[in-house]
Amino acid sequence: MENYMKLQFPAKARNEAFARAAAGAFAAQLDPTCEELADIKTAVSEAVTNAIVHGYAKKSGQVEMVCKIVQEEFIVIIEDSGEGIENIPLAMQPLYSTVPGEERSGMGFTVMESFMDTLDVDSAPGKGTTITMTKRIGQDRYGS
Amino acid sequence: MTIRTEQIGTTLVVKLSGEIDQSCAGEIRSDIDRQLQLCPIKNLILDFAKVSFMDSSGIGMILGRYKQIKARNGTIMIIRAQPQVDRILELSGLKKIIDCG
Repeated sequence: MENYMKLQFPAKARNEAFARAAAGAFAAQLDPTCEELADIKTAVSEAVTNAIVHGYAKKSGQVEMVCKIVQEEFIVIIEDSGEGIENIPLAMQPLYSTVPGEERSGMGFTVMESFMDTLDVDSAPGKGTTITMTKRIGQDRYGS
Repeated sequence: MTIRTEQIGTTLVVKLSGEIDQSCAGEIRSDIDRQLQLCPIKNLILDFAKVSFMDSSGIGMILGRYKQIKARNGTIMIIRAQPQVDRILELSGLKKIIDCG
């Protein structure tokens, strides 16, 4: 099966719920388990939150989300044109946060890494960030 | 997201329902903190029975309240977490420091 969809929305916190619900609804074509679906929605929520909180630091901007299905694999790409990340390995460390005063857990990338099969972060300061995640659906059904 | 609170003695019970993400974590935080400031509360119970989704924004919110309750020598408990919430509590390590029922 091959399919894709593309969404663009303003970097507003209330769009986080919309983005994860849309990604989940699209992924439903692969007949995922409840757990697989929850993993996708959680990872998408983290990536979109990153784009809104860090990418645009609450300024206005656009977030783009592309979801693809290639055979049994779900692929999601979340892109912003915001601040970008200077030090990607540091940003990906558990508990690391650039905004400690706001009670952020610094767990966003850890959640994405744990709940998806692959995570790729491409970023350049001033240019924005692209997060690509993949997850093979039905690993339990067919054996990995 | 809706928040209902009930005080039983020195324990504050917070019943959350809906989805917890960055858009509402701040609201939950200030609602609980307002009660903590106004009332002589020692213990906090967070009832997640009706929470269908939570991302790491919720972890930050819980950790912040954990610190406040610890400072009062009280106990914080999380009860009735659904599978998706339970997974993120586990991953975050919160289950090692907070009784999650």
